[in-house]
Amino acid sequence: MTENTTTEIVPTVSVTIDGVALQVPKGTLAIRAAEMIGVEIPRFCDHPLLEPVAACRACLIEVEGMPKPQPACAQVVGEGMTIRTQQSSEVAKDAQEGVMEFLLINHPLDCPVCDKGGECPLQNQAMSAGRGESRFEGEKRTFDKPINVSAQILLDRERCVSCARCTRFADQIAGDPMIELLERGAQQQVGTASDEPFDSYFSGNTVQICPVGALTSAAYRFRSRPFDLVSVPTTCEHCASGCSLRTDYRRGVVTRRLAWDSPEVNEEWNCDKGRFAFAYLAEGRITTPLVREDGELRPASWPEAIDVAARGLAAAGSRTGVLTGGRLTQEDAYGYAKFARAVLGTDSIDFRARATSPEETQFLRAAVAGAPIGVTYTALEQAPFVLLVGFEPEDESPIVFLRLRKARTRVVSVGAVATRGLDKMGGELLAALPGQEAAALRDLPADIRAALEQPGAVILAGERIAASAGAPSAVSTLAASTGAALAWVPRRAGERGALDAGALAGLLPGGRPLIDAQARAQVAAIWGIDTAALPGLPGLSGDDLLTSASRVGLSALLVAGVDPVDLPDPALALRAVDTAAFVVALDHHHSAVTERADVVLPVALVTEKSGTFLDWEGRPRPFGQVFKDALTMSDATVLGMIASAIGTSAGAWDVNGIRRELTALGPWQGARAVVPGVQPQAAAGAGFRLASWRELLDAGVLQEGEPFLAATARPSAAIVSAAAAARLGSPATVTVTGPAGSVTLPLEVGAVLDDVVFVPMHSSECSIYRDLGARIGTAVDVTAGGAA
Amino acid sequence: MTLTPVITEHWDAPDLYTIEGYRRFGGYRALESALKQDPDAIITTIKDSGLRGRGGAGFPTGLKWSFVPQNDGKQHYLVVNADESEPGACKDIPIMMANPHALVEGVIISSFAIRANHAFIYIRGEVPNALRKVANAVAEARRAGYLGTNVLGSGFDIDIVVHAGAGAYICGEETALLDSLEGFRGQPRLKPPFPAVAGLYASPTVINNVETICNIPYIIDRGLDWFRQFGTEKSPGFKVWAVSGHVNNPGIFEAPLGITMRQLLEYAGGVRGGGNVKFWLPGGSSVPLLTAEHLDLPLTYEEMAAAGTMLGTGTPMIFDDTVSVVKAVTRWLEFYKHESCGKCTPCREGTYWITGMLETFEHGHGRESDLELLVSACNQIAGRSFCALGDAAATPYPAALKYFRDEFVAATHTPVDDTFDPVASYIHAGAAAR
Repeated sequence: MTENTTTEIVPTVSVTIDGVALQVPKGTLAIRAAEMIGVEIPRFCDHPLLEPVAACRACLIEVEGMPKPQPACAQVVGEGMTIRTQQSSEVAKDAQEGVMEFLLINHPLDCPVCDKGGECPLQNQAMSAGRGESRFEGEKRTFDKPINVSAQILLDRERCVSCARCTRFADQIAGDPMIELLERGAQQQVGTASDEPFDSYFSGNTVQICPVGALTSAAYRFRSRPFDLVSVPTTCEHCASGCSLRTDYRRGVVTRRLAWDSPEVNEEWNCDKGRFAFAYLAEGRITTPLVREDGELRPASWPEAIDVAARGLAAAGSRTGVLTGGRLTQEDAYGYAKFARAVLGTDSIDFRARATSPEETQFLRAAVAGAPIGVTYTALEQAPFVLLVGFEPEDESPIVFLRLRKARTRVVSVGAVATRGLDKMGGELLAALPGQEAAALRDLPADIRAALEQPGAVILAGERIAASAGAPSAVSTLAASTGAALAWVPRRAGERGALDAGALAGLLPGGRPLIDAQARAQVAAIWGIDTAALPGLPGLSGDDLLTSASRVGLSALLVAGVDPVDLPDPALALRAVDTAAFVVALDHHHSAVTERADVVLPVALVTEKSGTFLDWEGRPRPFGQVFKDALTMSDATVLGMIASAIGTSAGAWDVNGIRRELTALGPWQGARAVVPGVQPQAAAGAGFRLASWRELLDAGVLQEGEPFLAATARPSAAIVSAAAAARLGSPATVTVTGPAGSVTLPLEVGAVLDDVVFVPMHSSECSIYRDLGARIGTAVDVTAGGAA
Repeated sequence: MTLTPVITEHWDAPDLYTIEGYRRFGGYRALESALKQDPDAIITTIKDSGLRGRGGAGFPTGLKWSFVPQNDGKQHYLVVNADESEPGACKDIPIMMANPHALVEGVIISSFAIRANHAFIYIRGEVPNALRKVANAVAEARRAGYLGTNVLGSGFDIDIVVHAGAGAYICGEETALLDSLEGFRGQPRLKPPFPAVAGLYASPTVINNVETICNIPYIIDRGLDWFRQFGTEKSPGFKVWAVSGHVNNPGIFEAPLGITMRQLLEYAGGVRGGGNVKFWLPGGSSVPLLTAEHLDLPLTYEEMAAAGTMLGTGTPMIFDDTVSVVKAVTRWLEFYKHESCGKCTPCREGTYWITGMLETFEHGHGRESDLELLVSACNQIAGRSFCALGDAAATPYPAALKYFRDEFVAATHTPVDDTFDPVASYIHAGAAAR
């Protein structure tokens, strides 16, 4: 090992561009080198994240010693090269203007009715690098318009300049080469196979990188002009990938979202859910506080509703359970964590609206909460080996998927299904029955263990390890014994932030153990309360919280944005809500919980407040308020009002104040909980094992109101192995029966372990908790044909 | 200059296409001697021979071979470009039909030289006869032990795949051919990397024309001095000239490089009906046209370049006075417009625009100002397109304008069919009229 590992020396070459001498890293393309001295060479096919193709020829430059003009987008700068761009070369200028003229001869020039008008690279560069007037007076080529390349993506072929950015994106970045250039010459056009639409999870990126108005989305087409939009940088609320977005709105309504540049995180991409699933923002809001009177919810004033909530919650006090869901900002989750402990004196709080286990709780306390950033996207890109456990990146964290694909890292997934996503990453499957991942990790093949021992190797554990007995323990043990870095990748955007904010029983903010005296003192000091006022022992969490509420009747429940159908026992959850003496719901949309609540308090949407999501890396992704004049209040602000009404202030409840408190507290430096040591459990019962996860596009409530997006979702199917399908007689449909019921789905043959059936967890056709009463790993019956 | 039949020497033998027929005239003798040599020595021989590519560009063959990194432990490939699609070019297909074993033997020797164990012959799909002949020759060679493992006890393994194209002119461009061969849509590839470094399946690859490869066995068998006695210093050797158009006796004439068009015209029986050469092309529609004043120029790479054109495929097309140059140029451009692959803007859009303008001239309503606009549009393609197809498309008009400006001016008011009776220009029209 050498001591000097500080700076990597990047070899450079000398180049002269337009008379300016400069040094650039070896391998730099001329088009980028020119940017370094402020010269922008026109370009269409060039994209910094795609392989050069040199097709559009808009960037021709003169290189000394070369007889013909060269494409700057593909010309690697060589030592001593002399380059002349349009700034100093008539040849380059003439070539560029010629190409620009050609590009426009078959272009319809329908800018006044084109969505791209106003933000169009063709429009802009025709002005900056083109001739004033076209000399073409012939007849333009036309096509039928538009055609759907998918339900969401539309193509106006006559506008296309054949730059192939979309097709290269689909092939190189997404791994979904479902669109391709077809035909020849001026008839060349983007298209799909006749019965295979461009149903890629990443299809919307092609609209964004299209340098003309050829690709548009059904969601935004004809909705607005770019110069009428107000743009705000935001963070995606849909998953824990942490994408930077740009939210564009007009007259108080979000019209579209774009992927925004964040080289360390999402680069310049996002998934279609992040791009298109925003219709929910505008529809079905709760507009006023509601209070239950004579069994009915009625509108109430804020002072009245706050007063009713305060009295009810104060009466229940430490016998209150708090469920915050996984979608809150870190600041709002912190508000609940504080409200529970400092105002109500309860520690029964959980942010997880999904399957959980005490083992996972212990794992999160020990290995994740308040931990500094360890594994990053960059680390994934550089990792020699990545092991996935209970995690399907393409569905559950799409930007992790893109990064693993980009890196061509060796990936092994411990699971029961060799998915399309795994195939696109070039990954291998390490067979484990659903729920039996721990046993597979215990008996890991020697080559995989050796791979994990390489410096930089990573284990990515998804949120589904919670549903697999022994898995949280096994990943912890494996990381410790191999030296591999371990990262936990939750699905929802707010989970990591909530965990670090202390919205989990036994945990104070920053990963502080509730039972640690020093931790208690630090938190009490910041909150300005007596240490003794904090709950003394860890409260209830997970299933215990709900079971306890429904059996012994916790006196009150405070619930934020939890949909019971997301919980593994929806009936139990509803029973808990029904039996609780007093229920306060903070939400922006109605749900089964708000319908049953005693007080409903409307809160701000993600566009109406500022806040922070911690992505799976633990990286803060702060965002500002889109609608600055919104009259709604964040969860934390509303909680602060209830706290005041109860008579406890406990520090700040506004976003800036909370950020100051979080900064003052910082992460916990003291002793942490020990990692769990749960042993693998043998499978019980006979029949098909249920494999399942939340697909990216499903029946999630945040995807409501966007039918074009929903139409690109994968069709729901029960997927079994070829052998299992043959045993069933290869019927068109099968009926899957669990403890609570049956669903009939089309049968699909896939790379699934024998005796395993994959069913989507929560699609429009099937929700396993609600319809089957089954959890991951449950033995279910699969029979041919429809239900009797 | 006399004819020097080599590749075509025994074309009148009815069984030349069989292995027995080919061997009767010394076939596969070169292979036996080549396999006893060092591969590098063969590369040196071909370099020293000065053989230049017969596909159109005239790149020195030995030099091309020497670009392949040797002893790199990688699979190497030889690919024969037999996608002869150039308008007016008809030499590779007759060679494959009459003398396919010369190609097969050449492929084996060339593969041995560049250390390729796998060769492909990519044949234009529209000529099943040639495809069948070559496939048959390959099968015969395999049965005779010239293909397969340990060829003639040399320890050298070689096999040949005969592949049919699917009807795209662009697949004659060598990198587009590679894409097509790999199963993709044929479009030219970005260079670098050049095929010699990363070609077929990203491996070092040599791509040679049929006629080029057919030269190899004869050079190996008969030696450098024999080969270099033909032709000129910079254009050594002989050439299979395919003369077509308004001549009495169109066909194939094998003669040394440096022969003149006038001499070839004599072999081809002169212009039909005793007429005059109006314009002619040395090798395919992709080279600028010449006129009667150029008939005495030696047909060599260097002389043709000096005259502002190119030797191209060496398949002269002769047009007599009955032909409208406006119409001929328009037809060629319609071909390039149809065959432009669409990848790059200048070729895709430029051929569309130029063709449209030319069609207005053909119909007698061209505008005089468009004469220069056409030149400008051609200049915006030439040297700026992705591959040579664009350059080729930009070629016919400027040369035609240079020599026949008056005809284009006339086409601003009179349809060319009124000036030139279209029936008179038909190949067989002369006989009918007489």
